[in-house]
Amino acid sequence: MTVQLSRTAGRREVETKRVSLSERKQRRAAFWFLLPDSLGLLIFVAVPMLLAIGLGFFSVDGFGHAEFIGFGNYLRMAADPQFWSSTGVTLLYLVIVVPAIFVVGLGLALLVQQRIPFIGVIRSALFVPYVISLVVIAMVWQFMLTDKVGVLNGFLELFGIHGLSFLGDPQLTLGTVVVITVWFQMGYYMIIFLAGLQDIPGELYEAARIDGASAWQRFRFITLPLLRPTSFFVLITSTIAVVTGGFDLVYVLTNGGPSGATSLLIFYIYQQAFLYGELGYAAAIGSLLIVVLMAWSLLMFKLTKGGRFDND
Amino acid sequence: MTETTRTARKKLKTARADRRWTPQKTVLFIVGVLLGLLTVFPLLWMVTSSFKPADEVNNLDLLPSHPTLENYSYVFSQVPFARYMINSFLIAAAITVLALFFHSMAAYALARLKFRGRDTIFLMIFSTLLVSAPVILIPTFIVIRTLGLLDSYAGLIIPAIFNAFGIFLLRQFYISLPAELEEAALIDGASYWRIYRSVILPLSRPIMSALAVFFFLANWNAFVLPLTITSNPDLWVVQIGIANFQQQYSSSWNYILAASTVAALPTLLIFFFFQKQIVASIKSAGFK
Repeated sequence: MTVQLSRTAGRREVETKRVSLSERKQRRAAFWFLLPDSLGLLIFVAVPMLLAIGLGFFSVDGFGHAEFIGFGNYLRMAADPQFWSSTGVTLLYLVIVVPAIFVVGLGLALLVQQRIPFIGVIRSALFVPYVISLVVIAMVWQFMLTDKVGVLNGFLELFGIHGLSFLGDPQLTLGTVVVITVWFQMGYYMIIFLAGLQDIPGELYEAARIDGASAWQRFRFITLPLLRPTSFFVLITSTIAVVTGGFDLVYVLTNGGPSGATSLLIFYIYQQAFLYGELGYAAAIGSLLIVVLMAWSLLMFKLTKGGRFDND
Repeated sequence: MTETTRTARKKLKTARADRRWTPQKTVLFIVGVLLGLLTVFPLLWMVTSSFKPADEVNNLDLLPSHPTLENYSYVFSQVPFARYMINSFLIAAAITVLALFFHSMAAYALARLKFRGRDTIFLMIFSTLLVSAPVILIPTFIVIRTLGLLDSYAGLIIPAIFNAFGIFLLRQFYISLPAELEEAALIDGASYWRIYRSVILPLSRPIMSALAVFFFLANWNAFVLPLTITSNPDLWVVQIGIANFQQQYSSSWNYILAASTVAALPTLLIFFFFQKQIVASIKSAGFK
């Protein structure tokens, strides 16, 4: 009996020793496991981000000479009508696309959640644009929207609408870009919402049905509140995706035109940097965008109480 | 016993209900089919129009009256499209493999090892998710130029590897694994590398295959970074190739659509064969 007691005590001592030893081992292992990704993120994300903010205080000429001009670029922004018009275009695009993606994504998720024949095929069809590159998407739509001869105008003829210039009329072009954006992104958000819907326990709906709740009431008082985490995720990611992701589409489809109607900020930054060589000015606009997006995301994190990000 | 028969009966009932066409279901079915057709129409139109001869490409018939492969052979004879495709394939594949390897390593450390500053490091990595590539395009370009990677395969591959998205998803997955898995291995004196190699990696096969499909697609479709850092046509990826092709043949839609179809074909094939993986990777992205 006593022998056994002392033996367990001894084992315990060995164990604590082993734990402290393994703690040091764990720290060393963690260092090597984290090294490649940390180094990569540092060089290709953190450094460029800081560089963008720093570069924003310089004026860079075509020969790569940089001159410190303090807040000069920011003052220039304030007085640059094209910057303001790009900001306006971006905001307009944002306030239409984000709610549209939300409503369409959720609507499609509710539809494809139903037990209908061939629902798998319908689901795939709704999702397929998402896997196509934006360059190809831009070309296909350009072809369909060609003035006078495009298939869309041919279709509208049937309703007595003639010769709309979807890509040439400033009034129409941003709307066209909005529709295309929603068309290719809706499948992605449909899946995200579908995952959220499948997490809601079915008993809740059954109980509500027994209590005589209508379909609208079940949606309003069960689906919407329980989808809140998914909804916030969709709002954050779609905002970031919309602000920074419209570039390929605008570059190939409209080149910012007609007369700046689709010149999103991200496209304006590219133009300033790679067409006019205004690296400092472009970086200043870029860093402003970084700050705004970070503030927006932080606000969203606060509103969601940061929950569900860390399981520890 | 009664419980099981009840659930069995219930299952039978729902299965039968699935097959019954209620008016409500018929309406939903019609809506679904219409929306699905509308959604795929642009892609269908692209593919069928790519088989139309030049004088027919702008007419409004869905199917070509004289289908031809002429457009395809012209595209491949005028432009080194095969080369662009091979470039795209090699680059996207290299990024996918390296990214999965590095991300799973980092995720393993963040999820399963205990060390000081772990949560701070995770938060820092997580916050880089908010800075997406196009916003820092210019400084990234400067960094790549400074490293001497402009116009090189390394420049197309290395910067695209590092993305916190994969680390985040893998970490979430590793956290959910039971702790007992490693305990036995640790008592046997296995190193952490050994545990990662022979316990964690084999277990992560489903999520890794989902992420692999997703990474490959995203990088096959990448446009902005290759656009800014390559000027040598030998290094062009397929997206740059078709964007450039379109500028040269701006009104020859029959050729442009053939080129677009070729560029889209691999992603469509991947979609049809790996749908489950794509959907799984998106679902796990929903912060579940």
